Amino acid sequence: MPKVIEVDGLVKEYGAVTAVDRIRFSVDEGQVFAFLGPNGAGKTTTVEVLEGLREATKGTVSVLGLDPWTDGRELHRQIGVIPQDFRFFEKITPREAIEYYAALFDRKADAMGLLRQVGLDDKANARFDTLSGGQKQKLGLSLALVNDPKIYFLDEPTTGLDPQARRSIWEVIKTLKAAHRTVFLTTHYLEEAELLADQVAIIHHGRIIAEGTPASIIREHGRPQRLVVEGSPGLPELLRTSLKLPVRVDAGRAVVEIRERKDIVQAMVAIEQSGLPWSGFATESDTLEDVFVSLVGRMDDGVLKSEGSA
Amino acid sequence: MRPRRILADFAVFSKGYVRNPIALFFSLVFPIILIAMFGFIFQSGTTKVNLYVENLDHNSNASRTFLTILNHTGAVNVNLVAPSDANASGGFGQYLSNNGYTVGLVIPAGFGAAYLAGNATSPILYTDPQDLTSGGVAEGACTGVANAMNLAASHGKQVVTISNANVGSQVLKYIDYLVPGLVGFTILTSPMFAMVDISSSYRKDHIFRQLSLTPLTKGEWLTAKIIWYIALTFLTTAIMLSIGTFAFGAHVTVGLGLLPFLILGPFFFVSLGMLAGSIAKTPESAAVIGNVVTFPMMFLSGTFFPVSGFNPQLQAVAHALPLYYVIDGMNQTMLFQHYGTTLWIDFAVVFVGSIVVFIAAILAFRWRDE
Ligand SMILES: Nc1ncnc2c1ncn2[C@@H]1O[C@H](COP(=O)(O)OP(=O)(O)OP(=O)(O)O)[C@@H](O)[C@H]1O
Ligand SMILES: [Mg+2]
Repeated sequence: MPKVIEVDGLVKEYGAVTAVDRIRFSVDEGQVFAFLGPNGAGKTTTVEVLEGLREATKGTVSVLGLDPWTDGRELHRQIGVIPQDFRFFEKITPREAIEYYAALFDRKADAMGLLRQVGLDDKANARFDTLSGGQKQKLGLSLALVNDPKIYFLDEPTTGLDPQARRSIWEVIKTLKAAHRTVFLTTHYLEEAELLADQVAIIHHGRIIAEGTPASIIREHGRPQRLVVEGSPGLPELLRTSLKLPVRVDAGRAVVEIRERKDIVQAMVAIEQSGLPWSGFATESDTLEDVFVSLVGRMDDGVLKSEGSA
Repeated sequence: MRPRRILADFAVFSKGYVRNPIALFFSLVFPIILIAMFGFIFQSGTTKVNLYVENLDHNSNASRTFLTILNHTGAVNVNLVAPSDANASGGFGQYLSNNGYTVGLVIPAGFGAAYLAGNATSPILYTDPQDLTSGGVAEGACTGVANAMNLAASHGKQVVTISNANVGSQVLKYIDYLVPGLVGFTILTSPMFAMVDISSSYRKDHIFRQLSLTPLTKGEWLTAKIIWYIALTFLTTAIMLSIGTFAFGAHVTVGLGLLPFLILGPFFFVSLGMLAGSIAKTPESAAVIGNVVTFPMMFLSGTFFPVSGFNPQLQAVAHALPLYYVIDGMNQTMLFQHYGTTLWIDFAVVFVGSIVVFIAAILAFRWRDE
């Protein structure tokens, strides 16, 4: 797979603030790459450097083989962008906006078709300043589609959208992926990243703290999968002796950390054979969100401790 | 420069403009209010400027004819002053200022004899710098009559000349000056204020950043704005010409010579507004820079008062202001029909200035934060 985005040693400073600190990653063609991180982590800064809107302080950045800062004009023909706070001419309607973009990119555009694709066709003739926040976001996405770009940079495209609208944006992203387009996505919705992304990077305080497929990140940074059994108070003790696995009690339930699938079967067999009553069981595993919260939380604790002791 | 992109940007900008009632009000209704207001204020003053005349040649037919015609121009009201009264005050000039009169004329002794003999003779026009309007009107009237008499008696030979008179051959009224002056005023103000505002609000709303992600270039974008303001200028000029002519009886000539100024004027001030807004770091300083550039031009370029009536210091200031050349160029064609060197100088200054400022504006303004 050819790499369409390559970043190495990227540093971006705003005066004394280091927003992005020596990050390195790459994105393969046709991938959905999710860039995650808490507020102020450096996501937008990174995206804007990739789009050629900001100059890197240090490091090398290549998008479609171009230097975004110096070859911006060439790059902009091949990328589509939704900025984090998309704004447009106040008195212009979505339909006019798309026709405008089509003329600028020298394309033919089916304005209504694009608006239907993002679920904004009912507001095709409403002026921008009368659109809701989510509707403005949808217009941003439809404008990014006009020039049929190779890479999409979507900075929090679903923030502020209702669940229905969010799903319609997901559908658009899936369509893009099926058409072998590359999508660089930032989001605060971890389930969105888990659902859509091939690759994920988590950035915090300007540094990448985890990277990989959602599953590999969960495997690497998450807690082991757990079996939770509800029932007799004697269950934890029984499981501890019969399985040789760590068992805790949580709200009266027995929680077993399992290593392999057959641990579950063995546990249930042991319970059945003991004759102790049980009312239900479930398996629990970490989501990307659990991993994200614990990773970021752990780092913040570390930062606070080291600052406190200094 | 791609015409399709310029056209698309023009279409979007003009739609946004006409859908904004406040912008539309200021660009169309404001010129109407302006010309109506000034027209009404100066209407009475222009038809009856009181001219105080000391006739030191009162026995000659020529001097009486001169004054009679002057009275009939409708521009001035001739009031005779007895030489003894003037002497009692210690001179004619002193007499005028003692009585609070602002325009006076002295017809020298021997005026009639000189006129008949075809020898040069110069009545002296006294004007008060505090009342340029009346001075301008009287000057125009006196020169016009003098020229008429020259034509009648000496086949156009310059016999009677008005000292310091420098106005065209026809009698100009204040409203005549006002039409090109106020056209110039709107050519200056409507693009300047709009572009200064756009340069900071587009930056704040990240519209420039958004546009930088498209193939639109800064030059195309600015060109679209220029085309819009040229169109607007044609519209407001037509409105002001109609009101000036039909409501206030202005006599102005509309010819091809006007076109370059109606095109280059907006070209210049759209670019200048963008330049002023771009060199500013904040919206507040953009507004300040815009005002500092705009205000002197609003009053000193011949907008409300003809520059020829200014004192020499103010005239020098006026000649340093770009708008002066736009208005002077329009005066040359609309008022005097002089297609001479002055007009070409006005044109050259505005033409070269526009190109320089356009390029400077494009270099100074940034799509993206750097
Ligand atoms: N123009 C700027 N000038 C100075 N500092 C800035 C500027 N833009 C961003 N920063 C700082 O850089 C850091 C990273 O900001 P950035 O916008 O990249 O974060 P983000 O990850 O996109 O956050 P969010 O999730 O809130 O959008 C923050 O500390 C922010 O305060
Ligand atoms: Mg952001």
